[in-house]
Parts: sequence; C-alpha cells; structure tokens
Amino acid sequence: MSLLDRHLAFVEALRSAGLPVSLSEGLDAVHAITGLGLADRETLRAAYAATLVKRQPHRTGFDQVFDLYFPALIGDGASSDQLVDPAETAAEDSAGSTTDSGDGPQELADFRDALVDALGMGDPDALARLARDAVQRFGLIRGRGPGEQRWSSYNVMNRVSPGELVARVLRGMGLEPDQDPATRRLVDAQVRAFEGLVEAEVRRRAAEVRGPEHVARYTVRKSIDQLDFTAARKSDLEEMRRELGPLARRLATRMNRHKAARRRGPVDFRHTVRASMSSGGVPLEIHHRPRRPSRSDLVVLCDVSGSVANFASFTLMLVFALREQFDRVRAFTFVDEIHEVTDRFRPGLDPVETMAALATSAQHATLWGRTNYGRAFTRFAEQHPDALTPKTNLLVLGDARSNYSDLALPVVAGLVKSARHAWWLNPEAPRHWGTGDSAAHEYAALLPMVECRNLTQLGQFVHDLA
Amino acid sequence: MTWFDSAADAGKRLADAGYLADQATATTTFLAGALEKPLLVEGPAGVGKTELAKAIARATGAELVRLQCYEGLDEARALYEWNYKKQLLFIQAAEVTSKESEERAEPQRDWATDIFTEEFLLTRPLLTAIRRAEPTVLLIDEVDKTDVEVEGLLLEVLSDFQVTIPELGTMAAVRRPLVVLTSNATRELSEAVRRRCLYLHIDYPDADREHAIVTSQVPDIEDTLVRQIVETVARLRALELRKSPSIAESVDWARTLVSLGTGTLDAATIDATLGVVLKHSSDLDRAVRELRLRQG
Repeated sequence: MSLLDRHLAFVEALRSAGLPVSLSEGLDAVHAITGLGLADRETLRAAYAATLVKRQPHRTGFDQVFDLYFPALIGDGASSDQLVDPAETAAEDSAGSTTDSGDGPQELADFRDALVDALGMGDPDALARLARDAVQRFGLIRGRGPGEQRWSSYNVMNRVSPGELVARVLRGMGLEPDQDPATRRLVDAQVRAFEGLVEAEVRRRAAEVRGPEHVARYTVRKSIDQLDFTAARKSDLEEMRRELGPLARRLATRMNRHKAARRRGPVDFRHTVRASMSSGGVPLEIHHRPRRPSRSDLVVLCDVSGSVANFASFTLMLVFALREQFDRVRAFTFVDEIHEVTDRFRPGLDPVETMAALATSAQHATLWGRTNYGRAFTRFAEQHPDALTPKTNLLVLGDARSNYSDLALPVVAGLVKSARHAWWLNPEAPRHWGTGDSAAHEYAALLPMVECRNLTQLGQFVHDLA
Repeated sequence: MTWFDSAADAGKRLADAGYLADQATATTTFLAGALEKPLLVEGPAGVGKTELAKAIARATGAELVRLQCYEGLDEARALYEWNYKKQLLFIQAAEVTSKESEERAEPQRDWATDIFTEEFLLTRPLLTAIRRAEPTVLLIDEVDKTDVEVEGLLLEVLSDFQVTIPELGTMAAVRRPLVVLTSNATRELSEAVRRRCLYLHIDYPDADREHAIVTSQVPDIEDTLVRQIVETVARLRALELRKSPSIAESVDWARTLVSLGTGTLDAATIDATLGVVLKHSSDLDRAVRELRLRQG
C-alpha cells in the first residue's frame, strides 16, 4: 500500500466515522505532510488533526482511526527492534518483569503491582507500556490458530480488574480510600485512561489481523453529541454532563439572537409622525411597536425508571439551564407515582448534585417499583389539576414501556387537551417503537412523539420549543 | 517570507518569546505559516489562545493587528470607513474656493471624485493588515461573538486576502498576514469558516508543562510551591466545576502566594486564597468539601 493509498483510506475511514472531511481539507493535509515529513508520528498526528478535524468533539474518533491507520508499533512491539526507538526498548527491559509473557497467577500479581506503581506515579508512558503488555498477556482469546487471533479488552479487565486497584494506589500514597475524594478522582481518571489504552491496543491488534477498514467500521465510537443516551457508558455520561453547560450557553445565545431579530413589531404610526416633526414632516425614521414577548409555561413529566433516567435528567437539566427563556417551569418525575421536583433546580446549582438529587427523587416517585405510565398519568391528573392551563406546554419524557399495564389513554387525551401544546420525547429509535411492551404508537396517536436519542437532537428540540 | 523553518523551530522561537507550546501547538503554528492558512484556535477560557497570537508576533518580529469581535460589529468597524466629517469639511471648503475660481474664470476642480481618495479612508484592522507591506500577525479575537454577516465578510477576506472598495477598486494583500482566530464556542462557527482554517484546540496543559509555564511567568517562586500549586489545580480540574481553573488562574495564584510571602500550600492557605482560582460560589463550596479543607 503506497503512502497516498494509505492517506486516502484514512480520509475515507474518517468520513465513515462521521467526520465531515472535504476534498480541499484532504488536499491541505497532503500539503501539510509534504511540508513536515513523516519522521515523527506525533507531528503527523498534529498535521492531520490541524487540517482535518475542525471540532473538538470529533477528536476522540479521529485519534482512534489515526491509531488504526498509523499504529505506533506492529506485532508484539518488543520483537521489532528496528521499528521501536532503542531507548524505549531499553526502558522496557529495565522495567523488569514485563519481558516474560506468562499469564499465570504469579505473573498477574506482579503485573498488578506494576500497575499500582504506574497509576500512583501517573506516568503516561509506563501506563501505555503496561496496557500493551496486558493485552498481549491476558487479552488473547484462546483456541484460535495463527492469523486468526482475537484479543479482547473484556478478558483483560476481567483478569486485571484495575478498578479494584484504586484503594491500593491511594494507600500507597498514604491515604485512606475515603479520605480525599479529589485525589480519588485523579486516580479514577488514571484507571479510565488505562482502560482506554487497553481498548486502543486491542483495536490496533485487531486492525493488524483483519485490516483497519474492518475495525474502523465496527469499533470507532461516535462523537459525544451523537452518542445515544441509552447506549452511553458511565464515562460517556460524565462527558455528556460536562457538555450540557456549553450546550445550554450556545442555545441561549442562539435563542436570544433569534428573538432579537423578531423583536420589531408593526409600524407605530403615531410615534413615526411625531418623530417626523423634527425633520419638517418628512418621516426619516420609521418607528415600530415592540412585539409582546410570548413566553410560555412548561410542565415536564419525566419517567425516571432505570433505563431512561439519564435521558430524563439530561433533558431536565437542559430545560432548567434555559429557564429564563420560559415563563415558568414545573417538573415532575414518575415511575408509578408522581412527584414534583421543581424546587430541586435552583439557578447556579452544581450539575453533579442535581443529578444525585434527581436519583434520590426517583424513590419518592416509586410505589411498587414497576413503571406504570397509566397510573402515573392518572395520579398527575388527580393531584395537580391546576398545573395545565391553556398557556402551558406539556412535555413527556420516556420510552413508553409500561410493563403491559393499563395505559389510561383517555386521561392522557384529557391532559393533552387542557395544555396548549404537548410533545412526547422518546429516547428510542423509531424502529423500536411499538416493540415488546412499548406503547409508543398508542400514545403517539394522542400527542406528537419525537425521537430524541442524543445531545444534538435534544438541543435542537429545546431550541425549537422556546 | 517563511514564518518558521520547521515545527521544532516554531516551538523554540515561541519558547524564546515566552510562550511554552506543546508539540501540537508548535506543529500547527508552523503549518499556519507554511500553508498560509488562517489558524482557528479554540479551547477553554484562559489557556492562552490570544497569547499564542501575541507570541507568534513577538517570535517573528511581526506587528500584531488586533480585531476584537463583539455583538454588533459591522463592516465599518472591521474593514474600512469613509471619514464623513473630513469629507464634509472638504466639500464646504471646496464650494468657497470654487466660487472664487469661478469669479476668476479658472478651470473647475471635480471635487466629487476628490473626496473618495486614500486621504479620506479610515482603515480598520482587516484592511490595515492586508495593506501592510511588513510581516503582520492579524488576531481576530473571539470570533464567535460576531454576527453571522461578519462571518461572511471574514470568509471573503480570509480566502483571497483582498478587499474591494467600490470607489477605489480591489486591494490585494502585498504580503499575506498570518491570521489567528480565537473562539470560545458561544456560537457554532459555520462549516465554511472552519473548512478554510487550520484548527487547533488548546486544552489545559499537563503537569510538567504547567510547572514550566508558572515558573517562567513568576520567576521568583520556589520550586516546591509551584509543584503544590500544579498538583492542587490538577485536583480541582478533576472535580466537575462550572469553570475549571486554567493556566491564567494558576499563574494568578502563584503571584498571590508569592506576594503574600507564603512558602507552602496547606489546607488553610488554600481555603483563604481559593477565590483567586475559583470564581463561582457553588464551585468554591464544592472544592472546600471535596478537598476536605475545613475540618468537622
């Protein structure tokens, strides 16, 4: 494969990973690389990143594809001396036990000791070396011939279980596990970095056996604003939570601009004529009546049962971050009982605490513990008959999976009728609607149901709402 | 003229100018000069986006022309404007002289074309940067604060480096300036702008680089204190805060501690001076709780 072919395949892989790489950007990259040379991998990465990646959320996907197409090393790494920097191999040898590649209990214990040291030191090079080592020793899926090998990050995590090492690392620093939450977070971040390195190493090895195109197609993750709420892992959720603040700020700016553009009402004739007196009766300046700001009330009903709780809390936090765009916001959570959570949201509140408070509120919203949409709607109509007025917009958040219970469709129809507008946001893809215990189609007949699977869709919906 | 010889050269000269760049920053800066493309820099507030542009100007001996963007910025403030007052005075003066010359039956001057000359042109940053014959770094600061119309204007200027003034004709750049755009992402920039630019995201630095930056900015500080500051700031960044402390805050903190004459950073000192680094009350509460600053 020539260098140009590799470049073209790389650009193609980036496009299929969701990065909008244009032809001219590809040309820029070629110019950049011609100017820089290929001597240094990180320089090459920087050149590609500068010319092809124009948004920070795309960076994770870019790095993954880059590692597949321009791997730092090939094979087991240690054996290909001519490709690896000699200093690095020397360091690897001096690290002692890492050169033998057994995977017995003794080696595992040694390895975990080395990992504890590396995590404690926070040394990225040592972590990268250990991740490589870990995949080689503990990651191989057994029972496959040469050329057919598979590696699995699950195997590695299962054997090494780095999450359990956090307490040991902290004790190594002379701290009790619960003594210093801030340091604990740092160590947790190190562990997550190690997990990421192991996954990258597994992908690299898979790419060697099966070709980078194959691996890029199946394993490269989407950028965070395109990631499904329901498919998000714990680390993704944290990243999403960090994205919420900037997203709310961007939306608020956009909404204010939009409103400013519409602020001018019809021509104010009296004002214009009066102003024309000073210019001898010639109306030089036309005055307009200000448009009445039309803000609306918002009532949000959220399903906070297990699977969709994250989606609900993200939506609630975004709505409350933008509360000045609405007249009044009231929020209720439910599982099978209704519970008002409006007072949990105060301006300037910390998102982590809000999420925790919402999680505890789920207990108040639970009576039997099984999601029951029909019961929740009925209880809402009974307990808060004054919540919905002709000025109110009603927003229901949930996957409409009601455990085959009574759907209380007449009650819902009544709620929809008493509100000005009503929407249902569903975090599932439309092809899953109506499958299993999902009553999406039944409810969709009563009020418009909108697919809302990721931050981009959520942002778009909330923007159009205000 | 070439701006930098190589990526390593860019890194070294930026360091000499007092800006410690990491490899990605140095490489991208070199590329911006070599490919003559504008450089779009994004990142959290206070990581040194604007400072990068200033450092490039210092390192290359170029002059910095700065366009600070804000809501409502228009062509007249960004590009050029005719000096109406001066034109008016000129016309009034011309009327008097033309009457006199009429009496003496001299040939008339066509003052209508005379008022649209260089003499009455007020050049604003964009036009200034294009017309300069000496090396220039054009800094377009906080480009996300402008309206979409200005973005369109920037597109025209940044892709061809030429400006058309109807009365004077097209002015092309004698020497292309090195353009740096910074953005805080309050608004999504359009795809068109992004496509024309090289992109650099500057993030919080790693511990070693931050150590070096603080030491270089606050020379008379003790090494152990720097290490403690860097370590504490790293711990603060690991918390989910509304505004994480950035390099500017670390340097401020170092300055504060030096001027207070504090030699070591213990819990009481952190508690007393935390307001230098954290600017939201909810962030302060959170930090006090998570770092266990107050006992009991």
